[in-house]
Amino acid sequence: MAAHAEQLDHGVHEHPPEPHYSSRISPSILGMFLFIGSEIMLFGAFFTAYFFVRVVAGTAWPTPPFHLPVFVALINTCILVTSSFTMHWALQSIKRGNVFGLRAGLLLTFLMGLTFLVTQGREYSRVGFAPKDGAFATIFYCLTGLHGAHVFVGLSILLFMTIRAFRGHFSPEHHHGVEIGGIYWHFVDVMWIVVYLTVYIL
Amino acid sequence: MRNPLRSESEAFRFLLVVIVGALVIVGGAFLNTWLGVVAAVLVVAGIVWWLMQEAVPGVVEPVHKVDPSTPPGGTRILVVAMPGTSSVTVAADATEIVVTVPALASKLEAATGAVDDRRADAEQTALALTRRLSRPGVSVRGEVGADDPWLATEDALRTFGADAIVVAGDADVAEQIRGRVTVPVTLA
Repeated sequence: MAAHAEQLDHGVHEHPPEPHYSSRISPSILGMFLFIGSEIMLFGAFFTAYFFVRVVAGTAWPTPPFHLPVFVALINTCILVTSSFTMHWALQSIKRGNVFGLRAGLLLTFLMGLTFLVTQGREYSRVGFAPKDGAFATIFYCLTGLHGAHVFVGLSILLFMTIRAFRGHFSPEHHHGVEIGGIYWHFVDVMWIVVYLTVYIL
Repeated sequence: MRNPLRSESEAFRFLLVVIVGALVIVGGAFLNTWLGVVAAVLVVAGIVWWLMQEAVPGVVEPVHKVDPSTPPGGTRILVVAMPGTSSVTVAADATEIVVTVPALASKLEAATGAVDDRRADAEQTALALTRRLSRPGVSVRGEVGADDPWLATEDALRTFGADAIVVAGDADVAEQIRGRVTVPVTLA
């Protein structure tokens, strides 16, 4: 203990050697790439099923007599897209040292994401069909449910980010956690726009 | 090419582009579903084209000049040699030399990980140059670098503070390295 204290007094810190890796891309960004790449493949599998059911098999979309709640989904889309703006505001705020902006932005983003998820749950209970009601219903629930699961993961990340923000863990110099979470949230938003356009609009 | 996931700002910019594209598709689909499908195809093509463009100036990280920390006494030389280089000349006062040979691989080889042969070539070159540069009182070490000459150089500089860099076999590489480091770079 005394030796350790002496080392600290002299500014000597024992630590493992710095990791040596190629500098083409940082490990955290590479990890995010691999993660999102796998996500694209996952969504791609469900979109393949969607196009097969709708184009190859020629299933009516939506299958009569069912109707999709396009307007509610549009409102939900607006909410989710707005949450990306507040997410961006949060990150820009902490970059400028505005802690209030960071906290407010993250809190608003979390609340809007939660609203999206709750609204989607309400939509499921009122839509009038279940996953077992044919290929159309199965794909609808799979695509929107898969995205909903991602929103849930995003909300979990946002929750931790918000708690950390209120505990003062982020600063203009150190906000990597917000940056990475923000990338994920925007990705979830982009995926929803694609899901919304294919499932509800086209 | 743009990387929409490079940073939160880039991801947000990408989202804005997607929103604009979505509005075009919704507008087309409002008139006619097939018009919406055509709009979707055009929008996807447009977004791919946009992604292929150069990133916005200032978004990409600026090039930082590497400043190797050199210990007092002795002269440390980093030799960056392309595979197949048979000889290289370094300053006579060099006391420590590191030879790094990038394992240059084609895109296909790099993508498939079939770089064993390229690494073996680079290792042979490094070994040959190390033997050729060895002389009494001079510490010489050889290593195989990344598949990009600049990356191999940068990786070598992380563990070896060089006073000068000698590039053998490629004037373009020498020029590229010269623009990114603060120490003298010569072409052998």
